[in-house]
Amino acid sequence: MHKAVETIGILGAGRVGTALARRAVAAGYDVRVATSKPPADIALLLEIMVPGAQADEAAAVIAAADIVILALPLSKYHELQPDLFAGKIVVDVMNYWAPTDGAIAEFEGARSSSEVVQDYLTGARLVRSFNHMGYHEIEEAARPSGHPGRRALALAGNDAEARRLVAGFIDRIGFDPVDAGGLAAGRTFATATPIFGASLGRAEMQQALQEEATSSA
Amino acid sequence: MELGIYSFGDVQRDPGTGKLGSTAEATRNLLEAIKLADEVGLDFFGIGEHHTREMPASAATVVLGAAASATKTIRLGSAVTVLSTDDPVRVYQQFATLDALSNGRAEITAGRGSSTESFPLFGHSLNDYDDLFAEKLELLLKINESETVTWKGKHRPALNEALVVPRPESGSLPIWLATGGNPQSSVRAGLLGLPISYAIIGGQAARFAPLAELYRRAAAQAKIPEAQVKISVASPGFVGDDATKAKEQFWVHWHAVMESIGKIRGFSPPPRHHYDMEASGAGALFVGAPEEIAQRIVTLHGQLGHMRQFFQMDVGHLPQKDFLRSIELLGTRVKPLVDAELGKKLAA
Repeated sequence: MHKAVETIGILGAGRVGTALARRAVAAGYDVRVATSKPPADIALLLEIMVPGAQADEAAAVIAAADIVILALPLSKYHELQPDLFAGKIVVDVMNYWAPTDGAIAEFEGARSSSEVVQDYLTGARLVRSFNHMGYHEIEEAARPSGHPGRRALALAGNDAEARRLVAGFIDRIGFDPVDAGGLAAGRTFATATPIFGASLGRAEMQQALQEEATSSA
Repeated sequence: MELGIYSFGDVQRDPGTGKLGSTAEATRNLLEAIKLADEVGLDFFGIGEHHTREMPASAATVVLGAAASATKTIRLGSAVTVLSTDDPVRVYQQFATLDALSNGRAEITAGRGSSTESFPLFGHSLNDYDDLFAEKLELLLKINESETVTWKGKHRPALNEALVVPRPESGSLPIWLATGGNPQSSVRAGLLGLPISYAIIGGQAARFAPLAELYRRAAAQAKIPEAQVKISVASPGFVGDDATKAKEQFWVHWHAVMESIGKIRGFSPPPRHHYDMEASGAGALFVGAPEEIAQRIVTLHGQLGHMRQFFQMDVGHLPQKDFLRSIELLGTRVKPLVDAELGKKLAA
């Protein structure tokens, strides 16, 4: 039996990172946050933007976390130290968005950005999710389980247990998780797909994922 | 509370033929809008930097320079200057010239901006974005401090006691830092003692309240004088005589611009119910009749304590006559209501 998910580690304190951190604190998780700066540099930021979350060094945050969330700019992924992620459940919320952030050679191709990140973080049990939802919707659209207007979040990853645990996290912070399968399925909800930015419930998401999978097969 | 307008020089569509007007005509329309905004008592007009066929406002200071001699009191600025792809020396010279011609009404707002055409246009890489912005902001602030500048960086040739003129008669130019809500930008503006301009273009406007607090706390930590701590808000908006008609009309144009941006950036345009939610209550789209808009500005003021709010109205080929009417209503109807309401609060 795997121990319950209690501690969420978030790398990045931008718009997405702080929104996820607030939802996680609200859902009762122990939340730790790290950026590329020393913890003291984000203390004030966390005190005001995410009351209840703790700042720490990245290595300590990763070590303590049951789930690590990558919420840094994708262009900085290679600043992460792969050995720290061995065996860790990692949620990649980052997007490759060339029209906005510029083209990066290794992400130009059919594979999703998460597949490239998984290759880099070899030992991580990586799950792609949250990528298709706008950052402010992570808070504004969150609803309790069973709410008729609850939105769905797709997730994809190669480790079934990691997917199950991340699905539990998604549910607890206010969304219906929809398991899309292996990490390659994450291509179906990348930028420039119909799912990206769309507002879908669970059934609609299941259907949209299926349609995308069929059309790209 | 100051109220104003910002524009990217939207090209209008001829309602008769359906054809897009010329980019030159859009530029002249912009000048007409600034003159009216001044006449109806608005406080600020900002021009953004875009380089597209639909939004051709690529040279803000030229238009603002023309506006300087055709207006009396309105403050004239950028919204925003894409500093990362410009030369801070040139930016400063242009706005200091504008400041001279307008008798001290020029302002610079530096930021990332919402589009990225200027990167390939001027030979910069988007991958250097953070670096470029930090370095160029540092230089711009240095130039604002003294007329001779000694400076060295990575992205521009070094300056050795270089003279940068003309100089603003008041001593320096207001330089705002624009941000779309990254908390670290609020910290940066606070620590540097720069006024901050929030672009609130979607979602619930009040989510910026903690950011405003973060900005103020960072400024307090750096012992920045109170007078330097200022917040402005830029958001989409449209004022019409009738609330229902205004919301209906702006939907068409807002949807058109979201659709065209979505095509470039790979997202589906938000559906009507999403718009309806954001164009009322506490949403980011300030669309409606004058009373409703005034009330919403006052409510947001209670949450953010901003001293200026300015609106982007001409999007998705909004006809010029409707743009002008909306400016007129903002100045003649919304502004007095906001002043009266905030005056009451102040007196209470």
